[in-house]
Amino acid sequence: MPRRRRKEFTFKLLGMVATAIGIVFLGLFFASLIAEGTSAFKQTFLKLDIELSEDVLAPDGELDLAYADFDGLVRTALRAEIPEASGRRDRRELYRIVSVGAAYQLRDLIAQNPDLLGTTQSLWVPASSNVDMLIKGNIDANIEEALRPLSDKQIGWVRQLQDQGRLESRFNRALFTNGDSREPELAGIKGAVMGSVYMLLVTMALSFPIGVAAAIYLEEFAPRNRWSDLIEVNINNLAAVPSIVFGLLGLAVFINWAALPRAAPLVGGLVLTLLTLPVIIIASRAAIKAVPPSIREAALGLGASQTQVVFHHVLPLALPGMLTGAIIGMSRALGESAPLLMIGMVAFIVDVPGSLTDPATALPVQIFLWADSPERAFAERTSAAIIVLLGFLLVMNLTAVILRKRMERKW
Amino acid sequence: MTETSTDKPAPPAAPERQAEPVVEAAVLHEVPGRVTELGGVTVGNTKCENPFMVAEDVNVYYGDNHAIQNVSLEIGKKEVIALIGPSGCGKSTFLRCLNRMNDTIETARVTGNITLDGKDIYRKEQDPVALRARVGMVFQKPNPFPKSIYDNVAYGPRIHGLAADRAELDNIVHTSLERAGLINEVKDRLDEPGTSLSGGQQQRLCIARTIAVNPEVILMDEPCSALDPIATARIEDLMDELCEDYAIVIVTHSMQQAARVSRRVAYFHLGLLVEVDETDRIFTNPQHKLTEDYITGRIG
Repeated sequence: MPRRRRKEFTFKLLGMVATAIGIVFLGLFFASLIAEGTSAFKQTFLKLDIELSEDVLAPDGELDLAYADFDGLVRTALRAEIPEASGRRDRRELYRIVSVGAAYQLRDLIAQNPDLLGTTQSLWVPASSNVDMLIKGNIDANIEEALRPLSDKQIGWVRQLQDQGRLESRFNRALFTNGDSREPELAGIKGAVMGSVYMLLVTMALSFPIGVAAAIYLEEFAPRNRWSDLIEVNINNLAAVPSIVFGLLGLAVFINWAALPRAAPLVGGLVLTLLTLPVIIIASRAAIKAVPPSIREAALGLGASQTQVVFHHVLPLALPGMLTGAIIGMSRALGESAPLLMIGMVAFIVDVPGSLTDPATALPVQIFLWADSPERAFAERTSAAIIVLLGFLLVMNLTAVILRKRMERKW
Repeated sequence: MTETSTDKPAPPAAPERQAEPVVEAAVLHEVPGRVTELGGVTVGNTKCENPFMVAEDVNVYYGDNHAIQNVSLEIGKKEVIALIGPSGCGKSTFLRCLNRMNDTIETARVTGNITLDGKDIYRKEQDPVALRARVGMVFQKPNPFPKSIYDNVAYGPRIHGLAADRAELDNIVHTSLERAGLINEVKDRLDEPGTSLSGGQQQRLCIARTIAVNPEVILMDEPCSALDPIATARIEDLMDELCEDYAIVIVTHSMQQAARVSRRVAYFHLGLLVEVDETDRIFTNPQHKLTEDYITGRIG
């Protein structure tokens, strides 16, 4: 008896330790992610008094937005702030503390309000990512000058601007409204998010109806014989196939053979459909099997045909389970990156996709790309993108739970 | 082809082997004038006046398992006939032949002849779906649909197109609930789910649902085995009333119930129909030793 009790105790302890380890790692993961990523939602901005001089922007009396020298205006304003940077090298260093995005910001401003031409505006423009990193404490000013991206002079100017109150940490809107960029301070996830959304739309529209139809046929109508066994085994195997194989299949079939555009969310969605179909079929079959046979018998006993039994009774009861399966499949599809690499969605794409056939990338692939970038500022953006991705997954799984709850109450 | 290969050797072998202990028991309690051997012949009277459903030489196989053998039985119009017997004796199987519910089991195979109102229900042109509308079924466990009480009853009429408009459907639902003796309990909450009712009420809802499609025969597979005595009594009263319009075939494990509700009783044993007779005669003067053993509680 004491031996038995001791055994029971050890077993319980083992289980508790295992759970604790799991929770600790999960906690560490989230903690590091949040610690690393939240700073990306803020970005350092620099306040410059920029004279939107007509002479510079429209020397011939005509304003051409594509060729106008907005950069020059920003530089002039910067020189006005830090007059002591006089030599050529000094100036070049000085210009590096402001983002190239400042010029685009000016251009957009003038495009929207041509009346501002000739006035002087006090504007908050993004600082360069290195300045941002310095302000956020990610660049150590005490290490040897050659080993850090900012020189002593640059750091001095930054401190000077900081003392003047011209540097401010503000919400990083670019992260949500821009596509990808080589400049970390201008890079955003909107392109990747839209790519993922388009892909999931395609996947949902295809895999749910096909998967449910297949499950109903296999479960309710297909004769049980060697063929149905074979199909069942193959579906189960398909669910375990590494996702990159589906990417290769997509490359061969959809791009090379069907000549669909490369890197398009349409192709991505098709590949993810292949990927999620087995999951949805398996979940839907389980949901159909879980419908009590007494309900089937009751309907059959009343003289309902097989089709009526399925559509009046089995399907409504199985639908919550099917939806849950579908959403879990979708979550898997959302987090998938390997097959998308195969079909070219790993390209550097700046534009936000506007349709199913525009080149696009996806959130996990964007994370992969950013994690690969050498700039220090991309590290925190990677974490921020992961946080956004996890947020989407959380919302989807929550939707699954809520949908299931609501539909179960109805029945 | 498989028919000849499997059923020819099976019938002589199976009953002999399985019946052995019972025959011994029969020998132990030998009473003069009783049939003791378990042969292929049914004792008593399988015929009835005014037959409505007639089963002749029905055999059912589940794969290689010969579930019932050469059963012949007539079911009269507006009579209650009870099928009794120990578990696994084939009474439910026989019941499910009568509305072709066995069709839903892939391995099941039925041979022999079953006619409803003179027409073979296993003929090619017979649609099992249409048959089940004429031969309704109530199951062992109350199994209302997870829908409102109203929709439960209205489901059958809806799929068979029995009601032309909403008013007619309302009427069918009300009459059916009334006939099932449930109307007073549920008339104010027809929109509530059928599963919210008590077990006995659920079973009466299932009966209401069955009679809503206006069947000619109602099959009941142990309809009271999941119910308490009070609910059982209500269902039995209901059967008394319903048999004025329908033929009722009831499978039951309770001999008291068989005695109370039925006019005739059929006793099944190991896939054979052993004895059929008027209820009074079966319970007072059974002709077969096995029947006597069963009703007196020696076997079963």
